[in-house]
Amino acid sequence: MADKHLLETVDVSEVFGGLKAVSDFNIYIDKGELIGLIGPNGAGKTTAFNLITGVYKPTTGEINFDGKSLVGLKPYEITQRGIARTFQNIRLFSELSVLDNVKIAYHCHVKYGLIETVLRMGRYFGEEKSIEDEALNLLKIFKLDDHAYEVAKNLPYGAQRRLEIARALAAKPKLLLLDEPAAGMNPQETQELMEMIRWIREQFGLTVLLIEHDMSLVMGICERIYVLEYGIIIADGTPSDIQKNPEVIRAYLGAEAIN
Amino acid sequence: MNSARKKDLVMLVFALILYGVLQTMISAKIIGSFWELNIILICVNIILSVSLNLINGYTGQFSLGHAGFMAVGAYVGVVATVKFGLPLIVALILGAIAAGILGFLIGLPTLRLRGDYLAIATLGLGEIIRIVIMNIDYVGGAAGFKGIPHLTNFTWVFFVMLMTLFFIKNFVNSSHGRACIAIRENEIAAEAMGVNTTKYKVMAFTIGAAFAGVAGGLFAHQFYLISPTSFTFLSSFNYLIMVVMGGMGSITGSIAGAFVVTFISAALASFPEARMIIYALALILMMFYRPQGLFGYMELTNVGPIKKFLNKVSGAKEVST
Ligand SMILES: Nc1ncnc2c1ncn2[C@@H]1O[C@H](COP(=O)(O)OP(=O)(O)OP(=O)(O)O)[C@@H](O)[C@H]1O
Ligand SMILES: [Mg+2]
Repeated sequence: MADKHLLETVDVSEVFGGLKAVSDFNIYIDKGELIGLIGPNGAGKTTAFNLITGVYKPTTGEINFDGKSLVGLKPYEITQRGIARTFQNIRLFSELSVLDNVKIAYHCHVKYGLIETVLRMGRYFGEEKSIEDEALNLLKIFKLDDHAYEVAKNLPYGAQRRLEIARALAAKPKLLLLDEPAAGMNPQETQELMEMIRWIREQFGLTVLLIEHDMSLVMGICERIYVLEYGIIIADGTPSDIQKNPEVIRAYLGAEAIN
Repeated sequence: MNSARKKDLVMLVFALILYGVLQTMISAKIIGSFWELNIILICVNIILSVSLNLINGYTGQFSLGHAGFMAVGAYVGVVATVKFGLPLIVALILGAIAAGILGFLIGLPTLRLRGDYLAIATLGLGEIIRIVIMNIDYVGGAAGFKGIPHLTNFTWVFFVMLMTLFFIKNFVNSSHGRACIAIRENEIAAEAMGVNTTKYKVMAFTIGAAFAGVAGGLFAHQFYLISPTSFTFLSSFNYLIMVVMGGMGSITGSIAGAFVVTFISAALASFPEARMIIYALALILMMFYRPQGLFGYMELTNVGPIKKFLNKVSGAKEVST
């Protein structure tokens, strides 16, 4: 149990009423890796994210990040420790501008206090300026700079998904969790998104864990993949291992072929 | 100089001009004592609506107990001046602190509640504050507190109002204010972006309560007598109407709301029945045709020509506030 992994879950389980949504969940992620988490609908993928980010408290088990336990921390504390996420069902600040959506996420890096805020002195102007510059820069990376002053809810679907990633990056995480980032995107958008995820990982020195149903995306960019079925990890390995694994073909690819 | 600061300065100049004009008209008796009183009430109500807007509009927490905090500020204020002979400014500060502390203590447990439940809880607590005051003989009980010196005037309320507006404006246009707005927009996402949602809900509630306390202190020293009946849930409801009418999440809106509501009440003072009907009709029409309130999330300083003018005088390129 070496604690040099960036993230490690040990025998984590989550029970809702009588339903074991996740059980004996053991994964690890090393710094700089790009890992995929796949599995059929209802397998427990989003639940795993909610456990890591503190939305749910594990019924049993340990989650360690950067050598420290995350169990029992509030979601905002986990974000401050360096984990940011996107949501499967988009959760933007929909009435606010695209720029403000991103600016909010710098929150835990702001140092000016209440007095500096109210009197507009000290670090206020300097920090506000750098937040604005950094936010605009992120929007440029995600090709959203032309929409910076538009209301977030008016963006097309694909752009909303990109905005969620931009917003998560503004929290300056070490580990980025993406819950179906390509859902609802057309093949060309998906392709662009893949490039973007690769690029931001290099650029920001990120570690990424992503849930995705789009097999071409997962197989195309992930270095290792975990496969979840009925809350249990049934396989893990490189994309080519996974593609050959008969369990996976039965559970996941088989299920998809029927659809 | 920084362009945001220059913009503040321009606004300050406009405020001073407005003050000068009104004060001259009051001194020259062009504005009679009835309308002078109502102008003062408009200023007090602006403090109340803007501070309530911080809680209800910006942070999205439905509070209906504002009159209770106002009462705390009023009573602490008059005790300070009458019983202890302290100056008005100290009385206002003590009232703010007392209301703020009470807001903090009430906010901590109740802000776990959501929507309707929070509204009912704050409504109840506002009434409890009032009934507690009613039973304290030291401050006159149900009969009210008599013999309050008339320490306020237009100058006092105008400048305290101005200070309140600057405080709240600067607060909402900062990372702290953005945290509050994020809670209103999507609490789960706000938490996921590193916002301590409990802390900011309580903070907004405490600041809002403290300013309601300031307004209470000003209000009390305008009259010879205050009594618990001035702070019933109907007044809380009245401040809520100002906020909703003006626009939840707009400071300009709260100013407009306080102005319109106070003005209509004053203009129809001799027809109390008609007043309630007009009030109700105005609200119903509003909900049909402009549910977001007069200003919605807009600020007057962001409206086309005004924004252009402000940018020109302050030399800013892009406005983000
Ligand atoms: N809060 C909850 N309360 C009760 N049951 C829940 C809760 N959240 C998830 N579940 C159940 O847990 C199981 C796993 O759900 P989860 O959302 O994690 O699946 P998923 O792998 O993300 O699926 P999808 O691909 O559809 O997003 C499902 O059966 C779901 O109904
Ligand atoms: Mg899911």
